[in-house]
Amino acid sequence: MLDSVIFYFFAGTAVVSAALMVTRRNAIHSAVFLIATLLATAGIFLQLRAEFLFISQIILYVGGIMVLFIFVIMLVRLDVPLPQIRSRMQKWIALFVALAVGVEAGVVIFLARKVPGQGLLIPNPAPAEKLPPNTEELAKGLFGSYLLPFEIASILLLVAMVGAVVMAKKRADAP
Amino acid sequence: MSATLHSILTFVQTWWVELLCAVLIVLVVPLIAGYIVLVERKVMADMQARLGPMRVGPHGLLQPIADALKLLIKEDLIPDAADQFIFWLAPVLSMTAALTSMGAVAFGPWFQVARDINIGLLFVVGVSALGPFGIVLGGWASNNHYSIIGALRSTAQLISYETTAGFALVSGFLLAGTLNVRSIVETQRADHAWYIFLAPVGFFTYLIASIAETNRAPFDLPEAESELVAGYMTEYSGFRWSLYFLAEYANMIVVASVGTTLFLGGWLRPFPNVHWLGWLDAAPTLLLVAVAAYCVFRAGKQPARVQSLLMWAVAFACFVVAIIFALTGPFGHPRLRFMHDGLYGAFWFLLKVSAYIYLFMWLRFTLPRFRFDQLMRLGWHILIPLALVNVVGVGVALALTSEFGLNRWLAMVFTTLATLGIAMLLLRWNDKYSAAASAALLADSPIVEDSRAG
Amino acid sequence: MMPIGHYLFLSLALFLIGAIGVITRRNVIIVLMSIELILNAVNINLVAFSRYYGDVTGQVFALFIIADAAAEAAVGLGIIIAFFRNRETVLADEMDLLKW
Repeated sequence: MLDSVIFYFFAGTAVVSAALMVTRRNAIHSAVFLIATLLATAGIFLQLRAEFLFISQIILYVGGIMVLFIFVIMLVRLDVPLPQIRSRMQKWIALFVALAVGVEAGVVIFLARKVPGQGLLIPNPAPAEKLPPNTEELAKGLFGSYLLPFEIASILLLVAMVGAVVMAKKRADAP
Repeated sequence: MSATLHSILTFVQTWWVELLCAVLIVLVVPLIAGYIVLVERKVMADMQARLGPMRVGPHGLLQPIADALKLLIKEDLIPDAADQFIFWLAPVLSMTAALTSMGAVAFGPWFQVARDINIGLLFVVGVSALGPFGIVLGGWASNNHYSIIGALRSTAQLISYETTAGFALVSGFLLAGTLNVRSIVETQRADHAWYIFLAPVGFFTYLIASIAETNRAPFDLPEAESELVAGYMTEYSGFRWSLYFLAEYANMIVVASVGTTLFLGGWLRPFPNVHWLGWLDAAPTLLLVAVAAYCVFRAGKQPARVQSLLMWAVAFACFVVAIIFALTGPFGHPRLRFMHDGLYGAFWFLLKVSAYIYLFMWLRFTLPRFRFDQLMRLGWHILIPLALVNVVGVGVALALTSEFGLNRWLAMVFTTLATLGIAMLLLRWNDKYSAAASAALLADSPIVEDSRAG
Repeated sequence: MMPIGHYLFLSLALFLIGAIGVITRRNVIIVLMSIELILNAVNINLVAFSRYYGDVTGQVFALFIIADAAAEAAVGLGIIIAFFRNRETVLADEMDLLKW
């Protein structure tokens, strides 16, 4: 009972904020709604008992990436939000295609219960009390089987940091 | 309908302690933050050889109430060109982040909202990282040049020192081996040492970073009165401003609590395992009795009747609390012994947090302010390398201890000295580099050229 | 414990909203934000399966995706800043230097 309330709360917030995010004229409003979506996603992670991922999402995504976005939006802020003068059809085509894909995939997902042998295989999840502590499990995975991707990810972050600094730096001869 | 009611009732029944702690935090912390402001003004006055607020209530004790009332009845001004939604949202975000991060802080072994979560202290650090959003959005929504510059400066400072604080905390986590708040304190008891003695560089780096994290002097350029009007808070008046202000002081409490839990032994009394220092257990009682005696002594010397009545009231309250402590202590009533851990733990924890916050105030009234570029240079050029080297050092020390069986204290002393040596080198290089950089900058400057030509 | 279909449907909905954002918006920064939304949708999917199969691999993968998204956002925003300095615009329609 509590589980479904929490799920519907976070899921509803995520979907509504996401929809609001892609439709705002003002970029800062979009950023604020993306923050709301990311926090709702973090809530979903928490509900799935992925606690370390929940806090990583909050520290990295919301506390890091979104601050970066807001800084950049403030730096490139053009005074007037320009209207969408492009073809109106674009919006409706996108909406139609999205709905079509959504309905199709939704049918696949929900058929799994109705017709056994067709659609998705529904696994049986372990009950929440018997789960091992999440941080230790993640650490065992990260420093055990997935050590090489971990090291590569750190090199990737270093390269990205250097690249971002180089690209955003003012050139020495610029006015 | 009754099923929902039944499930709500079961929920409250299972979690009533945590819910009570949460309600207490939301209700009491703003009040406590107000009184911390009063304490700060009194401490400031004491360090400046004056008395501080004395008029409102006896010895100025009703000053926070008066301030809160004034702020509540002030006109709520919203600038015309401001972004209404975000102007409303920004202080709410700040306050929410500060109060939510208190959820995982354990003020003593009994008082904790989110018990036994395995990401304990990281939750506190992560959620308080949402604070800068309130600042940067508030500054932007005010549609005011001073606000936005102040907001960008403040946010840049906060995110720079978050990295340093994180690294300093990581060195503490390495020693503790866990993120769970209760386990960290229990590990400090098992290790017979507060982690400040095992990783002093980590503690002092965290201290400096936490001063910068909460926008306190000497890092308070974004909100100093003589700079940029009031920075990001310029356009905020009345209750909205008080939300920002309270969020800042709540952040101070959070940051002090994290430092206390990880480095100062949380709710342990000094030397928890040394048996012959067991008389320290009587320290809370003795301290309160001493305060009560002092109040009684001074009560007769007060100039006004109200003030001496207040002194008697304070003495009485302290005496009552001292009796409660004595009854639950080692020589007290056996039926009340179960309250010993909770009460005494809370006392020691609050004492350490108060000492930490007193250190903040002391530094505020002693040191001059950092300029913004000096602040950024300190954060990025000096503190982050130092914190990184510290993490490596603590890791090496732990590896030496576990793999080669070296004595833990020896390993820690060795790595602390190595870290400090590297810090000296860093400072030396930094001075040389910045001298060379400013020399190069001056050489290209047209001002210098003109004076040379003319 | 919700049936896994609910999480998959949520992930799908967020993915599609992100895709609409990428296709429809002119402001490049909002396009980047929609890409972040897509990555989040994928994360929900991965973590849901990780929970249901009891394997931590999904969460490790999601953690790497978060790190990756950070790197990509940083570089992408650096590019936008550099472009803005040159061309004074962030609208995708006006970034047409390579058009013949």
